[in-house]
Amino acid sequence: MLQVEHLHVNYGAISAIKGISFTVPERSIVTLIGANGAGKTTTLRTISGLVKAESGKILFKGKDITSTPPHQIVSLGISQSPEGRMIFPELTVLENLKMGAYRRKDTKGIQEDMEYCFTVFPRLKERIKQAGGTLSGGEQQMLAIARALMSKPSLLLLDEPSLGIAPLLVKLIFEKIVEINRDLGTTMLLVEQNAAMALNIAHHAYVLETGEITLEGNARDLAQNEEVQKAYLGM
Amino acid sequence: MSKVARPYLFLLVGIIVAFGLSAWADGINPYDQRIVMNIGINMILAASLNLINGFTGQFSLGHAGFMSIGAYGAAIFTTMIAPGMFGEVAGTGMQDVALFMGLLFGGIISALIGVLVGIPSLRLKGDYLAIVTLGFGEIIRVIIQNIPSLGGSLGIANIPRYTTFFWVFFIVAIVVFFIQQLTKSTYGQGFLAVRDDEIAAEAMGVNTTRYKVEAFVIGAFFAGVAGGLYGHYNELIRPADFDFLKSVEIIVMVILGGMGSTYGVLFAAALLTYVPEFLRGFELFGVKFDSFRMSIYSLVLIILMLTRPQGLFGGIDFKKLMKKEIKFGNR
Repeated sequence: MLQVEHLHVNYGAISAIKGISFTVPERSIVTLIGANGAGKTTTLRTISGLVKAESGKILFKGKDITSTPPHQIVSLGISQSPEGRMIFPELTVLENLKMGAYRRKDTKGIQEDMEYCFTVFPRLKERIKQAGGTLSGGEQQMLAIARALMSKPSLLLLDEPSLGIAPLLVKLIFEKIVEINRDLGTTMLLVEQNAAMALNIAHHAYVLETGEITLEGNARDLAQNEEVQKAYLGM
Repeated sequence: MSKVARPYLFLLVGIIVAFGLSAWADGINPYDQRIVMNIGINMILAASLNLINGFTGQFSLGHAGFMSIGAYGAAIFTTMIAPGMFGEVAGTGMQDVALFMGLLFGGIISALIGVLVGIPSLRLKGDYLAIVTLGFGEIIRVIIQNIPSLGGSLGIANIPRYTTFFWVFFIVAIVVFFIQQLTKSTYGQGFLAVRDDEIAAEAMGVNTTRYKVEAFVIGAFFAGVAGGLYGHYNELIRPADFDFLKSVEIIVMVILGGMGSTYGVLFAAALLTYVPEFLRGFELFGVKFDSFRMSIYSLVLIILMLTRPQGLFGGIDFKKLMKKEIKFGNR
């Protein structure tokens, strides 16, 4: 579904991504794990068009989207739940969700998807009229994921859904991610520092270190890998 | 009342008020008339700037620049172009047509320049955008000052007085209606999304540049119309009327009224236009306030900002107020 080939991204003179290649097969959950500054978020932002690639190619459903502007990428079926949630603090939960469906015109489909979001995250329904900024961190994360789902993506980019959230809620949110993947068949690219949680739910995993992919493999195998255990799982 | 009918009802009320004011206007003295007229014009300016600064979150300091473009455009139209088209119009029914076309002419030129300025400068954020728009306003002023055919720093005099109460408040009603409809629509939620979080808005598929330029251009258009109304009331326009201080005056109305609150901004425009005039004749214990009225005006601003930093009407949801879920003073 998504193919990234020899991707290079620079911030001014600093090169953040140094020629990475990876693929995300349809209906799978693929995770990129790595430490701070490894280039995980940059990779996601380059895919969604928020950051410009220096060289390399991003193919989505066989189509080159490397230099497509972000608003068109959303229409193609990629949506992002950004790092730090970035919900609209002064819009209500409902308005936030409607913003997620911004590029869609099918009122009926939007309504159905909203119902689905409320069954996955009933908490959001309780707070439907509340301003996004007044939600707790965990609720905001749920809202960010639900908002991203509202564009009916075939590929969902999840950037650090565990960031700054209580461990119990992290567990819940990861369960929901699996549930969404199972229910809707949405392909997911998950970027995480919490390698243990990410490897637990992903099918395939890549380890990113200072802009380069150093390891890849089946998520279960990687979780057993000695280097990964030492560096990312704290064993 | 259905959801669709309500805004149209407000528009209707606005137009009736405009009619009422124009019927009443003949009876009052020219001084009071001028105050009410200025209140209306400032309402248009503040409401249109509110779309840029309040709803879209782009800090523009060049609103007086757009106002001056509209003022000069409209004046050129009615004094030079209209006589060629309609002959002598003053005093006839055609004067309203000439004014309307002049306002449109000034507004459109202002909007076009808004596109030219907006596309490159809206790539900037926050303080940087404020500096660029501030620079733009000053550049416009200096350019006009140095064009002899526009009268240089003496400006254009003998502009016919076509502006009436009806026109001013009719346009206030239109601006308010237009901005309300725009920001309440699904499409218009994009403006609020850009203000709340630009990156997230972009990630949701909102074309943020387009929204910012649109807000800027619509704001510039209405500022131009307000300029046209001003010129055709004042009968004289000079570059000095549209300096940096005028822009700041409009900004203060927006901030004091509450960014993004249309009614708050209208109220602040009326208040801030009236207070300096009110203080002119105010006397307390035999002390005349006339000589230091501007110091008091500034003091009022400081006190208001200290007590209500979110603006007079900021953070108040009128729908909830009507349902008495929130009482004043709770916030």
